[in-house]
Amino acid sequence: MKLSLGPILYYWTQEKLQEFYVEIAAAPVDIVYLGETVCSRRHIMRLPDWLEIAKMLAAAGKTVVLSTLTLIESESDLKSLRKIAENSDFMVEANDMGAVHRLAGRMPFIAGPYLNIYNQQTLQLIASLGAKRWVMPVEMSLEGLQPLQQSRPAGLETEVFSYGRLPLAFSSRCFTARFHNLPKDDCRFLCIDDPDGKTMRTREGKPFLVINGTQTQSALMYNLLGDLDTLRNAGVDVLRISPQAEHSAEIIRQFRDCIEQRTSPEIAMQQMESVMPEAACNGYWHGRPGMEQMFLASAVQHE
Amino acid sequence: MPPEYKLELVCPAGSLPALKVAVDNGADCVYLGFRDDTNARNFTGLNFDAANARAGVEYAHEKGAKVFLALNTYPKSHGWERWTKAIDQAADNGMDAIILADPGLMQYAMRTHPQLHLHLSVQGSATNYEAINFYHEYFGIRRAVLPRVLSFAQVEELAAGTPVELELFGFGGLCVMVEGRCSLSSYVTGESPNNCGVCSPPKAVRWQKTAQGLESRLNGVLIDRYADDENTGYPTLCKGRFEVEGETYYAMEEPTSLNTMELLPELLRIKVRGLKIEGRQRSPAYVGQVTRVWREAIDQCMKNPGGFSVKPAWTVELGKVSEGQQHTLGAYHRPWK
Repeated sequence: MKLSLGPILYYWTQEKLQEFYVEIAAAPVDIVYLGETVCSRRHIMRLPDWLEIAKMLAAAGKTVVLSTLTLIESESDLKSLRKIAENSDFMVEANDMGAVHRLAGRMPFIAGPYLNIYNQQTLQLIASLGAKRWVMPVEMSLEGLQPLQQSRPAGLETEVFSYGRLPLAFSSRCFTARFHNLPKDDCRFLCIDDPDGKTMRTREGKPFLVINGTQTQSALMYNLLGDLDTLRNAGVDVLRISPQAEHSAEIIRQFRDCIEQRTSPEIAMQQMESVMPEAACNGYWHGRPGMEQMFLASAVQHE
Repeated sequence: MPPEYKLELVCPAGSLPALKVAVDNGADCVYLGFRDDTNARNFTGLNFDAANARAGVEYAHEKGAKVFLALNTYPKSHGWERWTKAIDQAADNGMDAIILADPGLMQYAMRTHPQLHLHLSVQGSATNYEAINFYHEYFGIRRAVLPRVLSFAQVEELAAGTPVELELFGFGGLCVMVEGRCSLSSYVTGESPNNCGVCSPPKAVRWQKTAQGLESRLNGVLIDRYADDENTGYPTLCKGRFEVEGETYYAMEEPTSLNTMELLPELLRIKVRGLKIEGRQRSPAYVGQVTRVWREAIDQCMKNPGGFSVKPAWTVELGKVSEGQQHTLGAYHRPWK
């Protein structure tokens, strides 16, 4: 079983990014996804900057994948997409059918979690277009995944979003700008002040969702470490960890130790409590509402 | 000679009476779903069984209107046949097009019923011409329904890059999120538009009178709380009031309806093919009223686009049936974003 680090979903300063990836270069993770997937207005990092980090990580032995934007709305978004699709050094994760269109038949690609692959017919189709790996939609359960695993084309790898705030929704509206009473076109890039997003609470104070620009995430941390056995038995090849502002390398180490059976998921979950920004949830994997926490309830208290 | 350009008014039919009312009031097309989770309005008491669907197609065709079948959820592996049977049935019934989101289903439809016209559902999340052209190239889709997140300038840019006809939402409920890219509902309730054809399903809703006010909850999560003098709204979870850093407000979207009527001349200029009215869950009376108003508006605009203006009487009529009694141009008007 391999570990991957998903693209950073937040807007970080260049210094923070550099430091982060230097740390990741030394962390026990196999695959690193790079690039801006949330908002086309975020501009601190251009493709050449990402490529530089990609080369540094590749030199450290990581497999690097370039991720594309999820919501592609304009000609300039398409231009950026084409540049990524035409790079000759790294594989690309397609997060929109427009990206699949650019990549299909030209080079192998990763089918990202937003392509809505819910059944074996669509999975086979995507594989026939050149997908080497696919990432399951976050709301899919073990039961939903099993038939796809049983009939998946030879050589196609399966990746599951296994740790982090769930990317639940995308909009063209920027909710961070809305919070600041600013129009999106004059957002002043204030999301850079929220390296872990802004928590949205219910009117009785419970953490509910997280605002990350145009993206809405779960406030709770999706964490499938306690479900490692079922992930392994289902033939999942790659577990994805989504970056957070602090302690990502520690989270990676806990997952790695469990995969290599140096520790048990129960102990690891307890140790992770202090480095998780919020409580854990794993409902989706169990076919339940995503916000629920099943089993291991003794180890991680849900609110 | 190519057929003359016409903007089609595409109206919702949640039942046979709604279909008839839509057709009688001037709908060019109606769209409907079967009575199960194969469509994105899978509500109790709504939609069509086989006999009603046949009767609906017959009624519409007699009066020169088209019928589209919404088959716009993503089938899971278990139950795949429910979706393919629905496609077979649409072909048997002589439906004019099916509205699909799932690529696997498009492939099935194309191979099994090559004569069937395919439309890309809004649930397909296609917001750029590269995505639309993908579905065109691989499955021959004729029309794409655009998510309610593009500005008008972006729609115009997109239209120039594809041979596929475009259909836009003109009136009704407003999704603030990209359709097909929202799992908020399943995060809270286990059921989402993609996997079950529902959003914030009624069975998860609880209303409760408390000392702080009337509360609406979705599977236990507090969506909003109303003072005595406030209008209540259905607890669609993106339209609740939440607290961010000490401020309580509509953090995602106010309860409001989309109304793009003032954009009609622009839609004609870029030759948008379909103007879609949302609301298969609404009553036949609603469908009739909205269809009548839009029919009149489109006819007037087609006759004289340069001199078109929205009649105050139309706005009043539509206002009576809108969610939250408020209208917005949504994303078509860029500052909304």
